[in-house]
Amino acid sequence: MFWTSWFLAVLAIALAWPVPILLSRAQWPARSPFTAMLLWQTIALAGGLSMIGAMLVYGLEPVGDNLLAGLRSLAGMVFNNAPTTALGFWHIFALSAAALLTAHLVFTLLLTYYKIQRQRRRHRELLALLASPSADGPQTMVINVDSPVAYCLPGGARSVTVLSDGLMAALEPDELRAVLNHENAHLDQRHHLLLWAFAAWRQALPWLPTTRLSQEAVSSLIEMLADDVALKTGSRAALIKAIAIVASGSPGASGARMAFGEPELSDVESGQPGATGGAGSARTTASRVSRLLSPQPPLPEAARAAVLAACVLLLAVPTALLIVPGLLG
Amino acid sequence: MASLGELERAVMDLLWAGHEAATANTLRDLLAQNTRAENGAAGHEGKDLAVTTVLTVLSRLERKGLVERERGTRPHRYQAVSSREDHTAELMHEVLGSAPDREAVLARFIGSVTDTEAETLRKLLGLN
Repeated sequence: MFWTSWFLAVLAIALAWPVPILLSRAQWPARSPFTAMLLWQTIALAGGLSMIGAMLVYGLEPVGDNLLAGLRSLAGMVFNNAPTTALGFWHIFALSAAALLTAHLVFTLLLTYYKIQRQRRRHRELLALLASPSADGPQTMVINVDSPVAYCLPGGARSVTVLSDGLMAALEPDELRAVLNHENAHLDQRHHLLLWAFAAWRQALPWLPTTRLSQEAVSSLIEMLADDVALKTGSRAALIKAIAIVASGSPGASGARMAFGEPELSDVESGQPGATGGAGSARTTASRVSRLLSPQPPLPEAARAAVLAACVLLLAVPTALLIVPGLLG
Repeated sequence: MASLGELERAVMDLLWAGHEAATANTLRDLLAQNTRAENGAAGHEGKDLAVTTVLTVLSRLERKGLVERERGTRPHRYQAVSSREDHTAELMHEVLGSAPDREAVLARFIGSVTDTEAETLRKLLGLN
């Protein structure tokens, strides 16, 4: 029990700090974004599991030889008023911390979900009044805005892709097709679920380096995945041109926001581009364009298999450490 | 008969165009006029639109925070809470903003770009 808790604690610290920093600096994710995405998800899951597991195992050490036995005795104390004298202060502290952290993570996940759903509903209601369906069908709407803007609003069967008048005017048909394929790939591959989970993860533990790095990496990787889908059916040149036109035409910072009468927002964000999400997405656009301009071959099969094996181990080892002793004992 | 969604849209268009508060009766008449104009002289469907339907639509819009009514007068007069442009700006604020939890609400084709980066891209393409 003792060594298990130390091992889990070391794993939790490694996954919270050095591992995500190394991964965020690596160059290979742009070559195999899907594999990198799996690794980021594994790091988040295994990190959370070992963090909570380490505290649980440490706290239960005096009352059981393994996690399951410990939980059984703990249930006895909580529900049947069995004596708690075996637990010292630090054990109770660790158990409370584990319970609080679990509750905090679940609660933040649900709260973020609720907030996102509410914002999406409001957005959809306004779109229904302001935007008109495009010639492509009800899944695509056109909104009367001059700057070139394209985005998708997920919502199951009511998912829509929104294009602005400015975008329709600025792009040739094949470039527009590339934009639509890119946005549809986000919807098809359920990227909003990943964005939700990692946004909640960051919201819950904002001071942990891994949560910020993983959210930035995931936002950037989904764009690469969607680009790859768009490349399957359209030309590379059309996609690059579409990205460049939208990026240079939507003066991300000052222009568009001033035009919409929000000086306070642009003051804050253009004042310190390094500190806000804007910088992250600027890096995203740059890395997207450079990987489209000079395509690199995907990682060799063996390297991808090694990453996948690492993912499996990262999840399996803490799970096994937590559960197997109890099943054997 | 138009769906509630279409009617909401038609009512908001009238309120946004009119700039003034209007009663359900006025709105019903305007909607009927528009329908007649669309269907030509032969159409009578506009008359089928009941004031209660318009009131239903208005109360749905009120619940969504899009219209408000002046409570002092009878019959109630309704007006749009904000202009069409303000609502569009609200949407674009949500789209162009870059707070981390906003990224999860919708997925943009391109995130915010710095001015220098936009310049590089323009040059790259020989735009300008």
